[in-house]
Amino acid sequence: MKRNRVWPEWALQTIFVGPAVLAFAGIVLLPFLLSIYYSFTEWNGVSADVKWIGISNYKTILTEDSAFLYSFGFTARFTVMSVILTNALGFLLALLLTQSLKTRNLLRTIFFMPNVIGGLLLGFIWQFIFVKGFATIGELTGIGLFKLPWLGDAPTSFWGLIIVNVWQGAGYLMIIYIAALSNVPKDIIEAARIDGASRLQMLRAITMPLIMPAFTVCLFLTISWAFKMFDLNLSLTKGGPFGSTESIALNIYQDAFRNNRLGLGSAKSVIFFIAVALVTVIQVSLTKKREVEA
Amino acid sequence: METRAPYTSRKLLLELVGIALALLFLAPFYFVVVNSVKSFGDLLVNAANLPKSLHLENYSRVWQITNFPKVFWNSLVITVASNVGLVVISSMAAYRMVRVPSRLNKLLLLAFVSAMVIPFQSVMIPLVQVADWFNLLDSRLGLVICYFGFGVSLNLFLYHGFIKSIPAEIEESAVVDGCSPFGVFWKIVFPLLKPMTVTIVLLNSLWIWNDFLLPLLILTSPDLRTIPLATYSFFGQYTKQWDLALAGLVMSVAPIVIFFLAMQRHIIEGVTAGSVKG
Repeated sequence: MKRNRVWPEWALQTIFVGPAVLAFAGIVLLPFLLSIYYSFTEWNGVSADVKWIGISNYKTILTEDSAFLYSFGFTARFTVMSVILTNALGFLLALLLTQSLKTRNLLRTIFFMPNVIGGLLLGFIWQFIFVKGFATIGELTGIGLFKLPWLGDAPTSFWGLIIVNVWQGAGYLMIIYIAALSNVPKDIIEAARIDGASRLQMLRAITMPLIMPAFTVCLFLTISWAFKMFDLNLSLTKGGPFGSTESIALNIYQDAFRNNRLGLGSAKSVIFFIAVALVTVIQVSLTKKREVEA
Repeated sequence: METRAPYTSRKLLLELVGIALALLFLAPFYFVVVNSVKSFGDLLVNAANLPKSLHLENYSRVWQITNFPKVFWNSLVITVASNVGLVVISSMAAYRMVRVPSRLNKLLLLAFVSAMVIPFQSVMIPLVQVADWFNLLDSRLGLVICYFGFGVSLNLFLYHGFIKSIPAEIEESAVVDGCSPFGVFWKIVFPLLKPMTVTIVLLNSLWIWNDFLLPLLILTSPDLRTIPLATYSFFGQYTKQWDLALAGLVMSVAPIVIFFLAMQRHIIEGVTAGSVKG
């Protein structure tokens, strides 16, 4: 019995939980608290003097910083469009691939593939497509859509980002929707069919309510992806032309690390956090309410 | 013989729609791959054609300019080390939290889970400062430690849900047989966690391999660059030199696409498992 020494509970707690808590506290919690503190200061990141200036960063942001307010509006517009289109396409792909098609597995792989590539690389790929690929297709086919100055003005840059974002995210949502759709009990669908319900009626009255949990998850994912977009934004449009497609995340990055206004940047990041937390909490509680049991 | 439902003309139509959509999804890859082996002149004349002649020297030039083997190695080391550490610390913590649901542990779990709402951009400014204090800047190990912090919440949460479904009886009999708490965990519990470990490793790998902003903030030496960082700086230097830029892109994208094609069944299962829980 000698080697079976008894470990005191506090030692076990420290060894098992300690490393995780330490990593979390040092890398996430401490910087998060510091960012709240720095948001009340003026600090350029280089010099050691951090000057307490109260809420004046927040005042500056809300009254003078039109670029930030613009980026907030841009991000909101982008999020709404991206969430609607990514979910619509992902759901349609899932409906398609829950039919017993011969090429089902191959198609699933192809639709998911853009998702495994990072936003930075996707942005560069599509920069080429928009600049050279679209121009070539435009010359060959004469279709006006391809001859637009893609990435050259504000509207086409906005839609360029949306296209890439939807292309990237739809396959991921498709996987979640497929899992949900194949869990809908067959007997309910069969009963409805015998009662003479059309495909569309069954979709609206039976399938959709039963897969509400999947909608909750997918809305949550797409909202947080779109709201926090950074990599794709940087590589595809760099926020341009003339700041017209600058997301909040990119705006914070530029102000903090390019202009060295770290205090102001911290205040923006606190506002950003509150916005993200509010939106996701509201969304989850709204869609949770609509979930039903089969 | 395997046809349960008859293959109707409606199915055929849907099949064709699916294939058309898939081609549309693949079109960007076609453009990039085809043009990456063209001469610059050929590329400018027509970006949609197949190449007139193969210019594989685009690839060998990019290979040298970016020092690709080194960059690939950096990405690999960082991804693997982060995964190992994350699996160890989060599985151990989750196990303890499930088996000893003290008030402290419940509070800690709540803290981990709520922190998942915090966007990276909300902590990145002081993070650079904190990383400097702890000597984590410009070091691969430092970056790996940062990944421990940013990954531990989700990993712990996923393990926690999984461990709850494992009955504690087997462990109790092992304790009676004289097994230490660490022996119980590593020899008995950890092997049972394998399905969740696979999911977690795949999700972490896709995230860390592709991550750009955190390495951008932590690593400054060109020697330490990961694939996304190297691609970013390469693209900055060779903008509009599409022949080289595209070859570089194909090289950067290839490893993760090959990995996905090899592991696709697990990755797709992992996505389902990870998101249904989350």
